[in-house]
Amino acid sequence: MEKDMNVRSLIRDNISKRKNSIDKLMPKFFFLMASVSIITTIGIVMTLITDAIKFFEKVSFAQFFSADLAPLNANNPTFGILPLITGTVLSSLIAMMVAIPVGLTAAMYLSEFATEGTRRVIKPIMEVLAGIPTIVYGFFAYSFVTPLLMELIPSLEAKNVLSPGIVMGIMIIPMVASLSEDAMNAVPNAMREGAYGLGSTKLEVTIKVVLPAAISGIMASFVLAISRAIGETMIVAIASGSSKNLTFDITKSMQTMTGYIVEFTSGDAGSGTTGYYSLYAVGLLLFIFTLVMNLIAQYISRKYREEY
Amino acid sequence: MTNYENKVVYDVRDLNLWYGNDQALKNINLKINKNEVTAIIGPSGCGKSTFIKTLNRMIENIPSVRTTGQILYHGLNIFDKSIKVEELRTRVGMVFQKPNPFPKSIYENVLYGPKIHGIKDKNVLQEVLETSLKSAALWDEVKDRLHDNAYGLSGGQQQRLCIARCLAVQPDVILMDEPTSALDPIATAKIEELIDSLKSDYSISIVTHSMQQAGRISDKTAFFLMGDLIEFDQTEVIFSNPRDKRTEDYITGRFG
Ligand SMILES: Nc1ncnc2c1ncn2[C@@H]1O[C@H](COP(=O)(O)OP(=O)(O)O)[C@@H](O)[C@H]1O
Ligand SMILES: [Mg+2]
Repeated sequence: MEKDMNVRSLIRDNISKRKNSIDKLMPKFFFLMASVSIITTIGIVMTLITDAIKFFEKVSFAQFFSADLAPLNANNPTFGILPLITGTVLSSLIAMMVAIPVGLTAAMYLSEFATEGTRRVIKPIMEVLAGIPTIVYGFFAYSFVTPLLMELIPSLEAKNVLSPGIVMGIMIIPMVASLSEDAMNAVPNAMREGAYGLGSTKLEVTIKVVLPAAISGIMASFVLAISRAIGETMIVAIASGSSKNLTFDITKSMQTMTGYIVEFTSGDAGSGTTGYYSLYAVGLLLFIFTLVMNLIAQYISRKYREEY
Repeated sequence: MTNYENKVVYDVRDLNLWYGNDQALKNINLKINKNEVTAIIGPSGCGKSTFIKTLNRMIENIPSVRTTGQILYHGLNIFDKSIKVEELRTRVGMVFQKPNPFPKSIYENVLYGPKIHGIKDKNVLQEVLETSLKSAALWDEVKDRLHDNAYGLSGGQQQRLCIARCLAVQPDVILMDEPTSALDPIATAKIEELIDSLKSDYSISIVTHSMQQAGRISDKTAFFLMGDLIEFDQTEVIFSNPRDKRTEDYITGRFG
């Protein structure tokens, strides 16, 4: 008893002596660190906006949203963005047509059919796939996939939007698979048991019960993947070329918004020229595209969150 | 699976079950009769859930499980290669400890079974929907909101919905694993009443940790202890005049 009393008074002593300064300071420090990312984001957006405004002082909205893109024309440069939007949207669409079916099937397999052992082998491999630098994918698209596709489609141009679209899709598969698998894994086992108890096969449980129950997470993974495809730069810059004509023919070269920015930042668009400011306008639009996608993803996962 | 007029629905013979190297059921022998309620009691971890999940081979979803012995269902061994497990489970329905409706509408929940088994006729489906919900004593409470999400229902209603979902495939046996343990006393009383009314059409096997519940609703009671079936008899006998000392100790609350 004597001892207990001693510990108690020691603790009381220590508490009363404790300096509160560290306890007060640390949270402020943590907050500061957390703010860094927010402040940087705000800084970037502000730069984009101010320079984009300078661009629109020189170029009208009507021209910006037109199909005439000839930024290098010395006498009469034009800055219509429609060809870039088409390039971005088409390459992203092709990517999704590869990534969604493959990624979702892989997720269903991993979550519902694979044994624990198989899962433990496949998951890390997928993560490696996700860690390959995109320049490698770009090179792969240009020097391997395009020649391969040329065998099938003789009219395919050396630079085209189809090949980088497919390769972007391959790059995004692990993301779709992994996020969708997380969503399916989160479906309580009780739900599966209920379905098995009614005589469902494993396939029926997967498609009719698990998939609908995980739909919000799965949709969110799709949208995040689209946003990733829209922002992807290296692959399209290398393999889809820089044609600035408005076309919907995926065997032809097209430039994406990101590709345009790469071309102009690595070229010699002098500071202060309209071409220079156009980078900010395109960048801002790209930012808005991906922001909207991410907001949609958040909205979907919140709105369609299954209650169980 | 032919002769439904058998008085014996399940004839369990020398059933042993292991999870890996741990034996969870030891040489179980018992018969479950048509139109009777069989209660399975015993302290937690004694193998009640394991046993009941073996009856519709749900236990096989756990990869490490191994069994020996036979379970004859209307004379056919359910472990036989010729038995389709999906078919067995449409004959032998199951209700779980926690209500587990699908995150779909009440309507979709009840008709899930008939639909996956290929019933498409709208009139048939409507008929099944209504009779199942009526048999589960839920129709009056939900008939005006059949297309609402099942998770808007109370716990007790959800459990009756799960019973309706199970009835919709017109099973022969209903297995219930502590179906009222997550419910309040009023909801529990409703389910017990329901079990009593279902008895005339179905054979029911129910796991319960409540001795009072076993006493109120069952015809026969099986007492399990550490994987052994200690005693199996008429419920009155088990409760008033058990043969085994361990049964008596458990019934009188001396352990468990
Ligand atoms: N999935 C499992 N893997 C390994 N052992 C299990 C598993 N499920 C249950 N057991 C074991 O089997 C025994 C019986 O469990 P269970 O049938 O759930 O008992 P009850 O339902 O009577 O509480 C317990 O010892 C338990 O630890
Ligand atoms: Mg149990």
